[in-house]
Amino acid sequence: MTASFLRRVRVAEVEPVASRIKRFRLVSADGEPLSEFSGGSHVTVCMQAPDRLIRNPYSLMSCPSDTSSYQIGVLKVPDSRGGSEFMHENVSIGTELEISEPLNLFPPAKLARKHILVAGGIGITPFMSMMSELESVGADFELHYGVRSLAEGAFCKLLETRYGPRVHLYFQDKGQLVPLEQVLASQPLGTHVYVCGPKPMIDWALRSATLAGWPDENIHSEQFTAPPIGKPFVARLVRTGREVTVGGHQSILEALEQNGIDAPFLCRGGACGQCETAVTSCDGFIEHNDHYLTEAEKADGRKIMICVSRISGDAITLDL
Amino acid sequence: MAVSGIKSRPVYPGLSPDPNARSNVVVCDVAGAEAVVELLTRADGAFARRTSIILSADGAGSEQAQALAKRLEPAGVEIASGLPAAISHLNAILDQASMGLRLYAAGSEPLIGSVVQAGLDHFIDHLSIRTEHRGSLKRRVQCVHCKGMTEDVTTNPVTCSHCGLLLLVRDHYSRRLAAFQGVCINAESPGERPEPNVEFP
Repeated sequence: MTASFLRRVRVAEVEPVASRIKRFRLVSADGEPLSEFSGGSHVTVCMQAPDRLIRNPYSLMSCPSDTSSYQIGVLKVPDSRGGSEFMHENVSIGTELEISEPLNLFPPAKLARKHILVAGGIGITPFMSMMSELESVGADFELHYGVRSLAEGAFCKLLETRYGPRVHLYFQDKGQLVPLEQVLASQPLGTHVYVCGPKPMIDWALRSATLAGWPDENIHSEQFTAPPIGKPFVARLVRTGREVTVGGHQSILEALEQNGIDAPFLCRGGACGQCETAVTSCDGFIEHNDHYLTEAEKADGRKIMICVSRISGDAITLDL
Repeated sequence: MAVSGIKSRPVYPGLSPDPNARSNVVVCDVAGAEAVVELLTRADGAFARRTSIILSADGAGSEQAQALAKRLEPAGVEIASGLPAAISHLNAILDQASMGLRLYAAGSEPLIGSVVQAGLDHFIDHLSIRTEHRGSLKRRVQCVHCKGMTEDVTTNPVTCSHCGLLLLVRDHYSRRLAAFQGVCINAESPGERPEPNVEFP
């Protein structure tokens, strides 16, 4: 475990907020106040499943200055690796969990004149704390939030009540899509856009902003990828001289941790770059699943983000 | 003599067209205009028609300025008498602008610095401004003692035009002030006056 320090928390409240989304309120288990954080932060939640330890990043939705509890929202993803299912099925009021200290890879730009927040589905979560913070400093912002339907969209009513006309909701089942082109067309100089949601939506939004002539510096996104599943392979570690089998439902990082090997990480979602590892050789093809390495670096094959990327092949040799 | 290795020293990667920008605003001086001519040749006519250029003519005669403006067509060119007039024209454009505008600056460092400063006043991230240095290496220097600005500095050390102290011109740069910092070079031995060298011709 590097760079983050674990806190023990207890689940104080569980509320279904949409058809597959639950909100969890976490309080400190030792009575010490939790850390303040900044809007857009996330924590990594450690879940002890019967067969293995699962660690997933979840955005904090509560008010950043509230140290009495944290809130996270979890979408149950079927056929995934089990983290969200564990939260939905095995976690209830009174359950104790370990979480990392908050980390922010998605902060609002402090010098912006205006903020446009674009959320799709569960991608609303980082914006909950971000809006609290923007509201508290009197910043100009608007939210454009696309959901499948009212039943599947979390916090629609709450957001409208809290932020009024600054909230724009779009229901897919009514044929409504975020009219991003219009939204981006008439914003004052110094506006920043932030996107969080499913990958196709993020890609579409980033492309739309670029085509509207927005500089890269004004475009921000966050997406945590769960490590995709695949076939087992072997990771050989040059420096420690060890050899570890990475299971089909495991990331390289998880396999290392299961074998007691300490490797660097922060977000565990392919976003932050902390777990970048040099590849000595690879007997197979690297499947890069991160949002961190450039396309050129991915093609080059000399670096891998071990939290989400794996190989199709027999073995990879890493500088670890 | 300038202290190097200072991170705040700006770098100017060179002009390149943003084909997606709805409008392009370029500020340049006479030397920088050559970089703008090259920028326009690297883009298409549609890019040029979306581009407004503010040319700071400085000492150049009106004939020379007109000839330069002709070479920048079909982009629209506004000729300003000097840097302050150019920046005031730029501010008027930025006051009315919306997202989709791309800002460029080409020429001396005081010109680029003033454009970046005007951009910051309008919430434009400095990294999104495309810049290219051309012509003189002259600097705007702020005296860290009296806070006065000395323009068009070519020598190091230089005498502060306000308080008269002899200043070592450092690479320490302020984007907010668009100026390099000058520090008294002989504070501990006031009688010693190192000879100024032309370091920023």
